[in-house]
Amino acid sequence: MKKILQNKTTRTNLTTYALVTVAFLVLQALSSMGMLTSSVNGYLVPVCVYIVLTISLNLLVGVCGELSLGHAGFMGIGAFSGIVAAALLQSAVPNGTLRLITAMIVGGILAGFLGFLIGIPVLRLRGDYLAIVTLAFGEILKNLIGNMYIGTDAKGLHFSISASKMELLEGGTYLIAGPKGATGVEKLSTFSMGFVLILFTLFIVLNLINSKEGRAIKAIKENRIAAESVGINVTAFRMKAFVVSAFLAGMAGALFGLNFSSVTASKFNFNTSINILVFVVLGGMGNILGSVISATVLYLLPELMRGLDDLRMLLYAVVLIVVMLCTWSPSVKGWIQCVCDRVKGLFHKPGKEAVSNE
Amino acid sequence: MQILQYFINGISIGAVYAIIALGYTMVYGIAKMLNFAHGDIIMVGAYISFCVTNYLGLPAIVSVVISMAVCTVLGIVIEGLAYKPLRGAPSLAVLITAIGVSYFLQNAAQLIWSSSAKNFTSIVTFAPIRLFDGKLVVTGEVLVTVLVSVVVMFALTWFTGSTRTGKAMRAVSEDQDAAQLMGINVNRTISTTFAIGSALAAVAGVLLCSTVPTLQPTTGSMPGIRAFTAAVLGGIGSIPGAMLGGILIGIIETFAKAYISTQFSDAVVFSVLIIILLVKPAGLLGKQVQEKV
Repeated sequence: MKKILQNKTTRTNLTTYALVTVAFLVLQALSSMGMLTSSVNGYLVPVCVYIVLTISLNLLVGVCGELSLGHAGFMGIGAFSGIVAAALLQSAVPNGTLRLITAMIVGGILAGFLGFLIGIPVLRLRGDYLAIVTLAFGEILKNLIGNMYIGTDAKGLHFSISASKMELLEGGTYLIAGPKGATGVEKLSTFSMGFVLILFTLFIVLNLINSKEGRAIKAIKENRIAAESVGINVTAFRMKAFVVSAFLAGMAGALFGLNFSSVTASKFNFNTSINILVFVVLGGMGNILGSVISATVLYLLPELMRGLDDLRMLLYAVVLIVVMLCTWSPSVKGWIQCVCDRVKGLFHKPGKEAVSNE
Repeated sequence: MQILQYFINGISIGAVYAIIALGYTMVYGIAKMLNFAHGDIIMVGAYISFCVTNYLGLPAIVSVVISMAVCTVLGIVIEGLAYKPLRGAPSLAVLITAIGVSYFLQNAAQLIWSSSAKNFTSIVTFAPIRLFDGKLVVTGEVLVTVLVSVVVMFALTWFTGSTRTGKAMRAVSEDQDAAQLMGINVNRTISTTFAIGSALAAVAGVLLCSTVPTLQPTTGSMPGIRAFTAAVLGGIGSIPGAMLGGILIGIIETFAKAYISTQFSDAVVFSVLIIILLVKPAGLLGKQVQEKV
């Protein structure tokens, strides 16, 4: 046991699991005791969703080094397929939790499959071109699911991309009604299931990163040509990361979709993709625990600042810029260092200051 | 005749995209960054012009000049405060900062001008030209937009090809370190590029709102993304490429709306982009750079 704990990676991973579990238990306890207000309760599931999305995008951006700007598209696919699956299984599977799990798996598989299809052309490109093509695919996915009609009636399932061709028999219902989105969705998502999904995601991603495959993926990120020359199949490993990332995003999407009574496709737009990317970068590229923390804090930050009304997004923008400057700018870092030294100098003897200066 | 009308409408909106894409392409070519705040500078430019004509009552042409001046200053300030300290940082860090700036501009605009849509009066006053007994209408906006975009393209080509600053820009875009060794002030060159890009954004904003007369804090974001697509389609970093890409995107969008479906116009535009990038990974007029080991 002691030997295992000496391994730094294992220790970090165990810390991640432990932190998530403790946070869940505390929140669950508070929630069951009625200590949380209804608005905070409402944030619990979306936070779980965004944590999973951030981890899955981190796998792609941080570990694999591919900038993707269309992650919300996969989330949207997962959400809508999950909603349809849950609605179709209503009579077959009466248990809500089981239905939610099935819906998440369906959403994940569909998103993963689409990720595979999209990956074939996308992964031929590199760098900023890859980013713009994922952006394009994200917009296409949003556009398609935003104009899709799916309904059920006595004859079975109907699908169309135009409202006029959609004719349901009497008693039929629309599951997804084009731009109006999915309405009257049964809320199946629970905080506990969100927690389970986070654990599942952590399990998959952490194991993948520390496996042979993960090391190959990291090698590709560090130097593609060198990796290729030692016999790593670059396209296959990038594809693996892409599909796993899309799969997890689809599952998170299903959880998200089944948490609200109505969902429209416009929720899964470019801005959402960008938000997830911001979470990833501020949490630290390739740092999974960082993703968990930054997704939680940054999702809640604008929500908790609602009292400030119009100023809140302005403040959020300023925080974003300042954090980026403080972490990456050499001049700002030097300036901070200088201030820190001054502050230290106030408390320490003057002789020590010279030593701490670089 | 209907086809010709759609074609003209497409060129008109495409010319606006082309002007925005020219700004994008200049900044990308030289600073190697995706400036996502570019679309929001367009919006600021349009608001400034709106305020000058509506509240100060000055003529339209003066409003364009003032809006260009304000946007130029804004571009330089943004570059100096947010992007310059990050020179040499990973491109993702700069990208996130650009996103931060974009949020900032949008929300500041919302605070100043409120989120309700303003009705922008077109700056073009002369009457539309009617051809073939009125079957074909060429509005003044179309003429002005196309004219401006062509002038801007030729001016930029001349500028980057013949002036000292322009040559410095090309040198910086080719190899920053080598340019610095040759005595080029890289920081000042990049600032100049931002100034030019922002001034173009102001022009684009005024023309965009003359064509599509609603003005909101989010007005710039979608045309910004479209124009970025156009810049990539034409080959990012290439000035004629941005022009070609912009016009093509405009035409494709208009035709997709007219003949395929209004809802799926976005999907069609982005599909075309993907297909072209698969055939020509560097865009239509972009240079294919061989990777060196």
